[in-house]
Formats: sequence, structure tokens, C-alpha cells
Amino acid sequence: MTRVLEIELNGERRADPIEDNLLLLDYLRETVGLTGTKTGCDGGECGACTVLVDGVPRLSCLTLACSLVHRRVETVEGAGADGMLSAVQRGFHEKLGAQCGYCTPGFVVAATALLRWNADPTDDEIRAALGSNICRCTGYVKIIEAVRHAAALQSKGVRARVARPGSC
Amino acid sequence: MNAPLESGIGGYVPMVDGPEKVSGRARYTADLAVRPGTLVARLYRSPYAHAEILEVDVSQATRLPGVRAVITGADCDRTFGVLPIARSEHPLARGKVRYRGEPVAAVAAVDDATAKAAIALIRMKVRELPAYFSAAEALAPDALPIHERKRGNIEREVRFEIGDVAQAFAEADLVQEGTYHCPEVCQNQMEMHAALVDYDAEADRLTVHATTQTPHYIHLMMAHVLELPMSKIRVIKPHVGGGFGARTETLNVELIAALLARKTRGRVRLVVTREETFLTHRGRPESHIRVKIGLRRDGRITGVECDCIQRGGAHSGYGIVTILYAGSLLYGLYDLKHVNYHGVRALTNTPPCGAFRGHGTVNVRFAFESLLDRMAEQLGLDPLSVRRANLLVPPTFTDNDLMVNSYGLPECIDWVERRSGWRERRGRLPRGQGLGFACSHYVSGASKAVNPGSEPNATVKVRLDHDGSVAVLSGAAEIGQGSTTVIAQTVAEVLGLGLDRVHVISGDSDLVPTDNGSYSSRVTFQVGNAALDAARQLKTILLNAAARRLETRVENVECLGEHYRAGAQDTGLSFDEVAAEALRGGTIVVTGTYTTIPESHGGKKYLGAAIGGTMAFSYSAQVVQVSVDEDTGVVNVEKVWVAHDCGKALNRLTVEGQVQGSVWMGMGQAMSEEMGYHEGLMVAANMLDYRVPTIFDSPDIEVGIVESNDPHGPFGAKEAGEGSLAALLPALANAVHDAIGIRFDALPMTPDRILAAIEKRRRGHA
Repeated sequence: MTRVLEIELNGERRADPIEDNLLLLDYLRETVGLTGTKTGCDGGECGACTVLVDGVPRLSCLTLACSLVHRRVETVEGAGADGMLSAVQRGFHEKLGAQCGYCTPGFVVAATALLRWNADPTDDEIRAALGSNICRCTGYVKIIEAVRHAAALQSKGVRARVARPGSC
Repeated sequence: MNAPLESGIGGYVPMVDGPEKVSGRARYTADLAVRPGTLVARLYRSPYAHAEILEVDVSQATRLPGVRAVITGADCDRTFGVLPIARSEHPLARGKVRYRGEPVAAVAAVDDATAKAAIALIRMKVRELPAYFSAAEALAPDALPIHERKRGNIEREVRFEIGDVAQAFAEADLVQEGTYHCPEVCQNQMEMHAALVDYDAEADRLTVHATTQTPHYIHLMMAHVLELPMSKIRVIKPHVGGGFGARTETLNVELIAALLARKTRGRVRLVVTREETFLTHRGRPESHIRVKIGLRRDGRITGVECDCIQRGGAHSGYGIVTILYAGSLLYGLYDLKHVNYHGVRALTNTPPCGAFRGHGTVNVRFAFESLLDRMAEQLGLDPLSVRRANLLVPPTFTDNDLMVNSYGLPECIDWVERRSGWRERRGRLPRGQGLGFACSHYVSGASKAVNPGSEPNATVKVRLDHDGSVAVLSGAAEIGQGSTTVIAQTVAEVLGLGLDRVHVISGDSDLVPTDNGSYSSRVTFQVGNAALDAARQLKTILLNAAARRLETRVENVECLGEHYRAGAQDTGLSFDEVAAEALRGGTIVVTGTYTTIPESHGGKKYLGAAIGGTMAFSYSAQVVQVSVDEDTGVVNVEKVWVAHDCGKALNRLTVEGQVQGSVWMGMGQAMSEEMGYHEGLMVAANMLDYRVPTIFDSPDIEVGIVESNDPHGPFGAKEAGEGSLAALLPALANAVHDAIGIRFDALPMTPDRILAAIEKRRRGHA
């Protein structure tokens, strides 16, 4: 059945006609065109598709879009603002928490939620918050450093302008 | 003390494409905008492990509304394969299917639901054949050949004896052998395989976007399989979500997408599932290894004998190279004099293996370093002293003719000994806790590429633009390892400029020079040297332009990067002024190249001896600390100290990241990763059952960077992304032995296996 999904996405109210069986992941990527949220597995195994629903990390590949009427959804694209990287994004960039970058949006989103409720997490608290996200490049060492760095930046209220794009 | 330069060479430099990745703007193949009319492709895969195909009935699928094309093996009779001497694979099976999951037919439809429905309508009739799921079964005398041209199911057998091993063993104080088993593992990179292919019917031209480490190899293979000139194909590599070797050869995914695009005269997107990414495989083969070492009381290794049997899977892939590497890279780490190697690469009815990070060396290194640790213990020798008794003295050539000019292994051993507190702590830890040690090495680029006609080994173009920026055109494939950043840093360093002036253009065959891609850890060394050459040429042009403007001789001009002057009193010229003068004659593009020297090409002592030839080896030493819970069998890796000789760290941040990542990947293979099969059916083709370590399982990995300054490396640099993987496996197994007194000769060391071994020992003692 088709219905209209009214939703708050990255601070903007939207209304999109969707099918009942549309996954939130596919709604974000295919309907809205926000491809920052990644598909990494066949469902619930890797954390690459993590988004925030009302501030809480959620796997968008296991969530029906139609279940989120009037809910607040945040993706990696909503983490920064006004062309600036957020403290978490800057942490991941400056400390090499991202190598290939494919798992990064999920990590950035999960770490953003962590630092909202715990501005100065211990390493074990960082592990607990990121435990359902898989990264295949870093061995997680620099991901933990990235979150620590982000916490320090956040406490100073630092944001950074997005650097000139590199190349691919 | 040297402050980091503006290029960041030698400093901690975040990757130039980092902001795109952390902001979610980076586009991977599956993210590319899909315009209306793009068709969705799906594959029908063989449910049989080994069977003669009698009929593939696609009539119902073809008639389904919304289906635009269905293709089978009948649509393409060309074979593909990365090695020109071993092209055994069809994009879609013809005549036979050889593993469960082999693509048989493909559908292009208006949407995913229609494509899936069409796949469900395909019927295949076969005559089943005996299938062989282990190397032993496939190599049995009565086994049917999986490929007609490979009798006995031997993809390649290699034997060499260099020196006199029997005599060497006679001179040893202790001769021991061990058998080791490493399960099949796979890269499991985060991004699933994908291809987006456009066919322009008027121009008869294909544009291919694919998840690859080697766009040029796709270009070559696409031209061969689709029978098109290369100029009719454009290959674009978007951001790539990891490779680790899975994408160093052309995969059926991109070939099938291209065949469908041409057949439908349109645009086709094929994004395979995680399960299908596992099935596409190209991982590290299951290996049975017997190794025998002769050791003297002074720690000298007198001789080595090694047998290695690899289960290669149903197609050739890189197999011949893998079995040759396993033998040739016994050398290059220690000073070995008498070595006998026998390798067999078997074809089996399992998905094809490939070139996984640390290609060819990892399993043999696990066996060698594990046995050496056991023998050192028996002779009462310190494992570090044994390695120190067998060091190479550079510059030298190994007995199988591998060139070694820089050798930081002694410093690596010293660093981990000091940082881990080895001397004070080893043997004094509480029960259940232990320390283990091992070493490894890897090539900095294969000196001879697998495809002929690819010399020079690397080519880079540098263009001076009218706004005073410098564009670097490179075919090197950024896959997350930092190739784009290191190339930008290299050019910026030579010109004395900041990274903000340098822009790298890569990953588009229409724009960039041919490059063999990102494999065998070749980019920093080979592409880096080509970038160095190009940047130096541009600098000469700029110095000459400055001399003209300053009305002086070129040798009087000093380049300060943003400033050129003739003597300290001269007010001089800005870089923009010099660039404008240089560009008065028109656009400037210089071409830099790099060619490996013949001495690095490996030997001719046996067929295939060139495999292993490289300009430089990286070196790694590691100490691993574990604790083992003898009640649960759980091994906790508490800490890893790793020293890696990368020649010169051009970027300490990315070197650390690469070393940590490879150590960690080795830990996955040692602890938990294993491809399992039931009658050829992959049983762990998902990320829960194929268990890669999570952040909870992962230790702190402290990296020591050793800089041996290779005479041929760019600024002295060598590889950093693979050489540290292999040592982790034996160092971890040796640590487990130190903790509980049990040696594990079979991986992975899962809790059930640890418990079984503890139980076996308990019964043995009872």
C-alpha cells in the first residue's frame, strides 16, 4: 500500500509517498537521494547503515520507513552544518578514523549519539557505543582515538569548515 | 629536529579525501545517481557444485513483463582471468558449472523486484558430476578433471631445491618438522561488489563504473571479453570501500553488467548482495603446510624444507602466483642457505581464491615462525636471539636472487623488545597470560607486473594550471589506503608547495595514464617514484622560467616553494608569477615514469622464480600479549607492539593506520575468521557467521616506525600496508603457547578449539 510519510529528516520536514514495505535505508538512499548511509550487508550485520531516530542509533536496514511517521531522523549528511564538519567528523578525519570510508557514516552517527549523552566517554564507553559497527580497515585503534579527539574538540566548541574536496 | 614541511612529508597528514568520507559526500559505485531508465541486474547462480549443463531455460524469465534482457553462457564464449596464461573463467558458465554459486544467467529488468522474479523463473537441467571440496579429494588419482586442460586438478606444481638441504640438516643440532593448517579466509571488505555500465549505442562505447583496485586490468579484460578496442571503453573507479586484494582482478560482476548493458543498449546497475560478495570470493586459500627446519645451538638456521598444498577453488585466478610466492618469499626475511620447496595448487569445486593482503606469504610464514618458536624453546634459546642469528646483511641478493638493499629488521626487533618489556616480562607473567614474538616481510610492488607490456611500471602526469595550481594525473587506485594523499604529498614536497596547491585526478581511464593499480603494495614505491620524476621535471621548467624573469642563469635561482629568488637579497618572484611566465608558451604537462631495474626482477633458477622480485622489502617484528581464560577458552589479545620498516614514513598517520589495519586483519584470521563449506555450499556467507573482530575484541596496537631509507624508494620509502599482517598469526599463536603451554598448529584459535586442546592435555596427563 502507498502512503505519505511525514518525517523530519536532518532538521527538515518532508512528506514523501512511499510503499509500506520500503526500508528506511532504501527510503534515504533511493527516494531522498541521501547516499551517505551505506548498505554493507544483507541485514543487521555490519552497522554501516546506522542512523539516529529521535537521537538513538538505529539500523536503517531493519527499519520500515512507514514506522517513522512524525519521527526525527538524522543521517551523516545532517551531522555537520553550514558547510562545517562536526566535531565527530573532524575527529574521524584528523585522526584517520576513516580509511576506505565506507563504514564511516555509521560510525560518525553512532559516535555523535554517544557524545551527546556522554561528553567525555572512557575507552570502554566508546567501545560499548560502537560495538555493533564493523570496520575492516583500521583495526579500530584510530577510531577510538578519533572519538576521544572529537570529545576534546566538542568540549572546546570547535567546528571546522569543510576542506577543499580532494579527488577520487 | 625537522619541523614537518608544508607537503607534510614525514608528518601526520590527514588524508586529502577525508572530508568527503566523514561527511557522507564520497560516492561509491552503488551511490552514483541513477537516472530514469537505468536497469537493475540480478544473477542466477548454480545450485550445483560440479555439473555438466544440459539446458538453461530462460524462456519464462524472458517473457516476464519488465524484463529487458536475459543472458547465459551462450552469449559470451570468451574466457577471462588475470594471468594471461590462465584464463579459465567465463562471465557466465558454459558447458559446466564448477562451484555452488557460479553465475549461470543474468537478468536486466526495469526494477529489482522484476529482476528477482525473473531469476526465480530460470530453470537449469544438469548431469551432476563428482565434486571435490578439498585439495586431497581433487588430487586423488581417480578424480575427474574440473578443467579439461588441467589433468589431475593441478593448477600448478612447483619444486625447487637451492643448496643441499640433506647436508644442512645433517649439520644441525636440532631438526624438527611440523604440519600446519590455515583455513580459507576472505577479505570481506565493507563495500559489496557493484558495477554501473552505460552503453552508448551510437558510439558503440561502454562507460564502466566498478568497485576495483585495478581499473586498468578491468579495461584490458573488458576489451578482451567484449571484443572491443580499449578506446571504446572508459573505466571509472569511484570511491572504493576497501579491497585487500579481492578486487585486484576483473570479476564476473563488471563483465556481466557490461554484457547486459550492450545487449539492452542501455544503462545497467548490478549491486550484488553480501552473500554474493562472499561467493565471488578471491580470498586466501586453505593451506596445508609441512615445514622442516634445521637449527644449530647458536641459533643459525641450517636448512629449510617446505611443502605447501593450497585449495585454489574452481578457477585459476592468481593461483599460480600465489603458490609461487609461498615458496619464493621463504627468502628475503632471514639469511637462508639451503631451501627445498614443493608447492601444489589444486583446483577444487569451491569458489575461486585470489590475492589476499600479504599474498602468498601469510600461511607459510605462520608455519615457519611457529616451528622456529617451538625449536628455540627446545634448545633453550630466546626467540629474538634466533632471529638475530639469521639476519641478512644488505645490500645483498638472496640465494633465489631477490634484491635486498635496505633491511630494518634488526631495529624492528630491538624496538618491540624494548617497548614490550620482553626481557623483563617474558616468562614472568601470571598463568594464563603470555607473550609471543614473530617477524614478517613483504614486497614493495612486484617488479614485473602480471600483464606484459606494462613497462614503465608507473606513469604520472603533472599539469601546471593557469591559476597556479598543480594537477597530478595518476592511474593509482585510491581504495582507502591513502594513495591519492601520498602522491599529492610527493609532488608538493618536490615543488615546496602546500597541499592546497596540488590536486590529484585519478580513477578515470579517459583522463589518466595507464597504471597497474593498487596491489602488491606498489603504489608508494612505483607511482611515488613516477610522481617524483614528473614533479622534478616541472620544477626544472619553473626554475628556468624564474631565471628568464630574473634575468639570471638558472643555477642562480633558488626555489623556496611559494617564492623564487636569485640570491638572499633578491625580492624575487611569487610562485604565481613564475607559473605565469612558464605558461607563456602554453599549457604545461610533464610525464614522469618509473621503471624497476633488471636486478630486481628475481631469478631464473626455476620456472616462476621471478615471482617475489621487488625493488625493496618492508620488514616487521611483533610482540603480542594475550590472556587465555582456561574455563571458557576465550583468548583476549591485550596488546600488540609492532615495528614496521617502511623505509621512510612519507605520512606517519597513514603508515600507522596501514600497519594497525594489517595487524588487526591478521588477528581476524588467527582468532575467528573461517570460510566453511557443507558439500560445497558456503555456510558462513554473512558477517555474523564469518566473524571479523569487533571493537570489543580488538587490542591497542602500538606502532614503531623504523626508517631504513631504501636507496631506490621515493624519499627512501617502502611499503607499509601488507608486511605486518603475516607476523601477527604466529606471534599470537606463540603467545597462546606462552600463556597455557599448548601450541596451535591449526587456525583459527576459537574458544571451542582452545577448550578441546586443554581437555586433550588434561586427559593425556590423567
